[in-house]
Amino acid sequence: MPNISHPSSRPVVALLHLLGLLAGLGMGIAAWADGEQQTRQVPLLPAYQQECAACHMAYPPAYLPAESWRRLMHTLPTHFGSDASLDTATAAAVSDWLGSHAGTYKRVREAPPENRITRTRWFIKKHDEVPAATWARPAIKSAANCSACHPQAEKGDFNEHRIRIPR
Amino acid sequence: MTRKSLFKHLPTTLFVASTSLAAVVHAAAPTELLAGYSGQAQAPSSATRGQQFFTGTHGGDWSCSSCHGAVPTGGGKHASTGKPITALAPAVNPERFTDPAKVEKWFRRNCKDVLTRECTAAEKADVLAWLLSLKP
Repeated sequence: MPNISHPSSRPVVALLHLLGLLAGLGMGIAAWADGEQQTRQVPLLPAYQQECAACHMAYPPAYLPAESWRRLMHTLPTHFGSDASLDTATAAAVSDWLGSHAGTYKRVREAPPENRITRTRWFIKKHDEVPAATWARPAIKSAANCSACHPQAEKGDFNEHRIRIPR
Repeated sequence: MTRKSLFKHLPTTLFVASTSLAAVVHAAAPTELLAGYSGQAQAPSSATRGQQFFTGTHGGDWSCSSCHGAVPTGGGKHASTGKPITALAPAVNPERFTDPAKVEKWFRRNCKDVLTRECTAAEKADVLAWLLSLKP
C-alpha cells in the first residue's frame, strides 16, 4: 500500500494531534474544576439572593434536581419549620431560575429525602469522615451551614483544600 | 449635553431616574409606618407592650428575640441556620422599616413562625413603637 501522506505534512499532522490531545486534556481539567470547585457558574438571581439567602446560605441550584426545587417552591409556607412564603410573581421568577440551573452538579441523581442537599448520597459520602461531635460544635451547628467550614461557599467554592473546620 | 453624549448617557440617566422614582414610590419613614399601623388598630401604640410581645414566646418555641436578640440594637442570628441578621432598630440601621412591602412580608412570615398566626395591626404598632424608642 503506497504511503499517501506527503512527508512534509507529517509534522503538521503530529502537531494537530498534540493540539487535539491538549485541548481534550484542557476540557477534562475544566470539567473536573466545574464539577468539584465551581458549581455555581451562573450569577445568583437577585430575588434568590434577597429572599432565600436572607435566612440561609444561597445554596447552589446545581446541588438539587429540578424535582426537589419544584417541591420546595410549592411548600414555602412550611419551609423546614419556617414560613418562607413569597408573592406569586417572585416565586415564579425564583422557580424558573432554579429550574433552569437545577441538578447541573455532576453527582446529582435522584431527589433526596426531605429535599435536603445534606441527605443526598454524594453529600453523605463526601462528609462521612466528619464525626457527629464536630457537626454539633456551636460554630457549625448544622450540616446546612456550609460556610462554617467552606469559607468560600457563598461564592460556590467548596474546594476541599480551602476547608477550615472551626474548633 | 450634546445629542451624542445624551445617547451615551441615556441608559445611566434612565436608570438613575427609574431608581429615584422607585424610591419615591416605596420609601416611607418608620414613623409613618407606625402611624399607619396605629391608625388601622384605632388605638395608640405602646412601646412597653411591644417589648413584652417581642421577647415573649407566646406558647411556642421561638420569640422574635430568638433571631433578633433581646434588644435588637445589635445584630441577631437566625435561630436554626445561624445566618447573621442585621440590627432591627432604625436608630442603628436606618434601612429598617422604610419599605412597607418588605415590612409586611417579614411580619407575615415571622409572626407565623412565632405565633402560628399573622400579627394584628396593634401588635405591629406596639413592636415598632418599641423599636423606635431604642437608641444606639
